[in-house]
Amino acid sequence: MGSAFRSEWGRVVAYLIRITGDWDLAEECAQDAFTRALERWPRDGIPTSPGGWLKTTARNRALDQLRRTAVGAAKLREVAMSPLANEGNEGNEQDGSGIADDRLRLMFTCCHPALPIDAQVALTLRTLAGLSTAEIARAFLVPDETMAKRLVRAKHKIRDAGIPYRVPPAHQLPERTVAVLAVLYGLFNEGYGASAGADLVRRSLCAEAIRLARLLAELMPDEPEALGLLALMVLHHARSDARVDAAGDLVTLEDQDRARWDSAAIVEACTVLDAAVRLGRPGPYQVMAAIAACHASAATPGATDWAEIAALYARLSQLVPSPVVALNRAVAVAMADGPAAGLRLVEQLEQSDALAGYYLLSATRADLLRRLGRSEQAAAAYRRALELAPTDAERRYLAKRLGETSAVP
Amino acid sequence: MRYALLICNDEKAVISPDEQSRRFAAFASFQEEMEARGVLVGRERLRPAASSRNVQVRDGGLVIADGPFAETKEQIAGFYIVSCKDLDEAIEVAAKIPAAQYGTIEVRPVWEM
Repeated sequence: MGSAFRSEWGRVVAYLIRITGDWDLAEECAQDAFTRALERWPRDGIPTSPGGWLKTTARNRALDQLRRTAVGAAKLREVAMSPLANEGNEGNEQDGSGIADDRLRLMFTCCHPALPIDAQVALTLRTLAGLSTAEIARAFLVPDETMAKRLVRAKHKIRDAGIPYRVPPAHQLPERTVAVLAVLYGLFNEGYGASAGADLVRRSLCAEAIRLARLLAELMPDEPEALGLLALMVLHHARSDARVDAAGDLVTLEDQDRARWDSAAIVEACTVLDAAVRLGRPGPYQVMAAIAACHASAATPGATDWAEIAALYARLSQLVPSPVVALNRAVAVAMADGPAAGLRLVEQLEQSDALAGYYLLSATRADLLRRLGRSEQAAAAYRRALELAPTDAERRYLAKRLGETSAVP
Repeated sequence: MRYALLICNDEKAVISPDEQSRRFAAFASFQEEMEARGVLVGRERLRPAASSRNVQVRDGGLVIADGPFAETKEQIAGFYIVSCKDLDEAIEVAAKIPAAQYGTIEVRPVWEM
């Protein structure tokens, strides 16, 4: 499926779920409408409103299906009475939230906290992004059957537990928006963490997450964190080409070829972030995006505004207290005020024991000791980090650093 | 949809008489609020789990045993049956049960026949 074509998928599925209340029927009829489009459009030409054509075709298919079953009789009347889908008429009836779009309803339902997080992610990819069950299974490295079961269980739970199909009312909206953002960010990180050799579907998760975040930001333009998340993802993604070298090894930010960064994407993300900040309600995604923007807008590593980054990490620590954020702050402080200042923060973290066994804590400590010229202690810390590092690329990077450290007496 | 809101708490927890009467008052006002709202379908408070008997029929024979099956820390102390628009409303009602402050409320959809 082409990406323009596929962006209609979520619209059609979301619309059909609303009018039929049946998730399986919705997917099946959407699939059918898309198959017909592939047959007919090349022959008869693309209709004036491709989206409207797809919705109407899928809706008629659903009517046919419902006619065949006895239990469908009551539902049939409802569906037949529902207004025909027009572009711009996204089912804008009473919702209380003021946001009328079936895709947004679908997003909130998929990301309902009563569903397990892995089911939320899978359901979002299947219904909104239009990935097949097999593709989602490959992306999450589980057998097809496991993923199929996960999706079925989630859909049954929505039906049996009475999870509503709607955008939550105003008093629940902030909390539930956080859940949607977390699913999209998780999806992005899943793709971002995938190695260069990984399956293409796995790597495409970043693009899917960005596409969904773009949709969310478009549908909730007054939600600064939705804009912040979009900016954050676009900024990270803009650097993805420069992140690995020809051998598939990780290239640190400092050593990346900045000419390979996508400058148009960086400009776009900064515009989105500005719009978010102007709304005057700061949040963690906006702060993380601001940090990424500091990195992305530095022409050379030396030009990086580390003092600003350290201040942003301090702000992030207030918003979401976490030892990982504290570790990142230590790195920024080391760059702004020297390795000794950073090391003091790292040692505080080590005493708190919150990051015991986390390889980046040892790797950071090693790096700061190396820069202070304390080679022996640095080598010991690198060896500890090597034991804990989770991927080959990270182990190769650490081994290289260890080699350099040991070579200098 | 109807939901069973199962109230689970540690019935062995020792609480002061003051706390006890505070809890009774909280339950009374919760029930009043929910009755006015029209969501309450049924409710029961259960006697301590120690007074329960487990009944099984195995190979045609009746087996009766004392007490709860497992020595879990939390036991079902009572339940409400509520009729709500959807899960979100049921969760909202469950969160208002005073026992949610010190125990756990299990929200179970009722199998409509």
